[in-house]
Amino acid sequence: MKRFSAFIIKEFRHLLRDYRTMLIIFGIPVIQLLLFGHVITMEVKNAGIGILDLSKDEMSIKLTNKLLSSGYFQLEENIRSVTEIESLFKKGRIKEVVVFEKDFGVNLVKTGKAKMQLLTDASDPNMAGILENYTRAIILDFMREQNMLGAGQVILTEHRMYYNEQLRSANMFVPGTIALILMLISALMTSVSIAREKELGTMEILLVSPLQPIQIIMGKVIPYLVLAFLNSIIIIGVGFFVFHVPVRGSVILLFSLCLLFILLALSLGITISTVAKTQQAAMIISLVGLMLPTILLSGFIFPIENMPKVLQYISILMPPRWFLSAIKDVMLKGVGVLYIWKEIVILILMLCGFIIISIRKFQVRLD
Amino acid sequence: MKTILYIVQKEFLQIARDKFLRAAIIMVPIVQMLVLGYAATFEMKNIKIYFADQDKSAESVALTKKFVASGFFVEVGNSDNVSIAERSLTNGNADVICVIPEKFSKDLTLQIPPTVQFLLNSINGSLAELSNAYCNAIIRNFSKEIMAKQGFYEISTAGIDVQTRHWYNPELNYRIFMAPGILVILVTIIGWMMTGMNLVKEKERGTIEQLNVTPIRKYQFIAGKLLPFLFIGLFDLAFGILLARIFFRVPVVGSLLTLFTFATIYLIAILGIGLFISTISNTQQQVLFVSFFFVMIFVLMSGLFTSVENMPEWGQKLNVINPMAYFIRVIRMILLKGSGFADISREMISISVYAICTNALAIWRYRKIV
Repeated sequence: MKRFSAFIIKEFRHLLRDYRTMLIIFGIPVIQLLLFGHVITMEVKNAGIGILDLSKDEMSIKLTNKLLSSGYFQLEENIRSVTEIESLFKKGRIKEVVVFEKDFGVNLVKTGKAKMQLLTDASDPNMAGILENYTRAIILDFMREQNMLGAGQVILTEHRMYYNEQLRSANMFVPGTIALILMLISALMTSVSIAREKELGTMEILLVSPLQPIQIIMGKVIPYLVLAFLNSIIIIGVGFFVFHVPVRGSVILLFSLCLLFILLALSLGITISTVAKTQQAAMIISLVGLMLPTILLSGFIFPIENMPKVLQYISILMPPRWFLSAIKDVMLKGVGVLYIWKEIVILILMLCGFIIISIRKFQVRLD
Repeated sequence: MKTILYIVQKEFLQIARDKFLRAAIIMVPIVQMLVLGYAATFEMKNIKIYFADQDKSAESVALTKKFVASGFFVEVGNSDNVSIAERSLTNGNADVICVIPEKFSKDLTLQIPPTVQFLLNSINGSLAELSNAYCNAIIRNFSKEIMAKQGFYEISTAGIDVQTRHWYNPELNYRIFMAPGILVILVTIIGWMMTGMNLVKEKERGTIEQLNVTPIRKYQFIAGKLLPFLFIGLFDLAFGILLARIFFRVPVVGSLLTLFTFATIYLIAILGIGLFISTISNTQQQVLFVSFFFVMIFVLMSGLFTSVENMPEWGQKLNVINPMAYFIRVIRMILLKGSGFADISREMISISVYAICTNALAIWRYRKIV
C-alpha cells in the first residue's frame, strides 16, 4: 500500500509540474465556457444588408427605416442597379439585398398591392433563412401598422418554450462542455500518458518493479480521476453561478453520473493505450475516435435526429450520447433515476465491456 | 538547396515507412468528411410533433395534415388530452406539441380568430427558434387558404407580396455550407499536428542532436521540415474536395488555382505555428496539449457553424490572429460564390503576413544546442 501511494504521488507530481497540462485541464473548460457564453451565438445582430430602392417614395423609405431600426440589420450599401448585386455578394460584405419595385408606394396606395424581393447570400443557408424570416416579420408588422388589408390573421398563435424559457444557449453548452472535458482528461490524457511510458521504455521499468500490473494502471488512472471529478464540479459550479444553468434534479445523482462517466472514459483510455504503440497513434485514435464523436455524434451541438440513419445507429455506440442525455434530463428537467434508468444501464454495460477488453489486451511483457 | 532536398527526402522516407501515418493521411480525410459532413447539420427535418387536437373537426385534421405534408415534421402522436401530450415532451418523444383548441372550426366559421398553441422543448434554443418559425409559416399558409375558401381571396393576396431568392444555394442545403469548413479543419489538423509532433519526436528520441552536428543551416532545417507536410496538406485538400464533390455535390464555382494559392500560403502559416510550438516543447505530450488548446479556440471562433458577424466586437477583433477564420471565409467564397483574386486580396495579404511571422518565429526560436 505504501509503495502504491508513493507511485500515485509520483504520478500526481508528474501531472502537475507541467504548465501545459494545467493549461489543458483548467484552461480549456474556462475558455470554452467563456466562448460559448459570450462569443458564439446564433443570434443575428447587425447583419450587413443592401437596399435597392427603385421607387424611393414615402412608403419604401418608411419600410427601409423600420428594417434598419430593428437592430437586426445594418445598411452596408445603397445599391443603384441590379448589376451591382453579384459583385457585392462576392465581396462578402452583405448577406441580403432588399429590392423595392418601381412605384412601390403608388401601387400600394392605389391597388393595395405591391411587390418586394429579398435576395439572400445562401452560401450560409441558416443565416439566409433566419434573415428572411426576420425581414418577413418586420414587413408583416409594417402592414399591420399601416392598417393594410391582408395583414389581419384568421388564426392566432401562441408559443411557450419549455425547460429553457429565455432560449439561453448556456443550458446546451454547459452539459456538453462537461462531457467533452471529462472525455479529454480521462480518455485522451490517460491513453497518451500510458503510451508515452511504453514508447520511452519506462513501462518496462515499472513492470519489473514490485508493483502489480493492476496497481500500475490504477496509479496511472487515479490522478486523472481526481482531476476530472474536480473539473466537473468546477464546470457545474460556473454554469450555476455565472450562467444560471439550473440543477433541478438531485445533486448526488448528477455527480454519481459524472463519476460513472469518468470511470467509463478512463477504461476507454486504457483500452486505447493497450492498442496503441506510440503516443502519436494514441493521440490520433483518441482525437478521431473520441473527441470527434463527443462533439459531433452526442447531440452536443448538432441534433442527432437530423443525421442520416447510419450515423444515428453509430451514435448509439457513443458513450457521451447517453451521458449527455442523462445529465441534461437531471439538470434541466429535474427528473429522477426512474426516468434515466435506460441511460444508466447502458453506461454501466459499456463500462464493464471496456474493462474486460482492456484486461484481456493488457500485456505484462513487452515484445 | 540540395541540403533542403535531402531533409525532405529523409522526411518522406520516414513517413512512408510509418504504417500508421500512411493510413492516417488517407483515412483521416475520409472519416472527417463523411462523419462531419453528414453529422454536422443544423438543417431541420423530422421535427417530432405531437398534436393535442381537442377539436377533431375537418379543419383541425386538415391543419395536422399540413404539418406532416410540409416535410419538416413527423407526427409522433395525437391525443385530446394536453397532459398526456406534455408527458411526451418531458420524456423526449416530442419536440413540439401543437394544441388545437376545442372550438377551432366553429370559431373559424364565425370569423373569431382561434388561438393555436405551440409548446416547444427549447433546451436547444436555436433549434426551438427555427421550429417556431416553421410552425408560424405553416399557420400563415393555412390562414390564407381558409380566407380564400371563405371567399376573401382578394384580401388574402392584398398587401406587400414578398418574394425570396436564395443565391448560390437555392435549396438552403446546409451540407454545401459545412463541407468547405470541414476541409479547412482537415488540412489544419493534419498540417499542424504532424509538423508539431515530428520535430519533437526527434528531440525525444535524441536524433535531433545528430542533425544539429551537421553543417545544415537553421532556415534550411525548418524549410526541410516544412515542405513534406505542405505537400501532404495540399494532397489532402485536393482529396477532400474530391470527396466533397462526390458525396455532397459541393459546387466549385471559382478558380481552383486561386484556392490552392491561398491554401499554400495558409498551410505555410499553420506549419510555422506547429514548428514554433515544437521548438518550445520537449515532449510530444506538451505539443499535443498546447496545440489542442489553440486549435479548439480557433475552430470555435472560426465561423465554422456560427457566423462570425454575430460575435461581439471584441470577439471579431480577436479573430485577426485566428488563421482559420480567414481560410474558412475564403474557401466558402471561392467554392460557393466564385469570388476571384480581387475579392479575397485583403485576406491574402493578412495570411501572407501571418505566414512570414510564424516561420520567422520558428527559425528564430530553433536552437541547434540542446
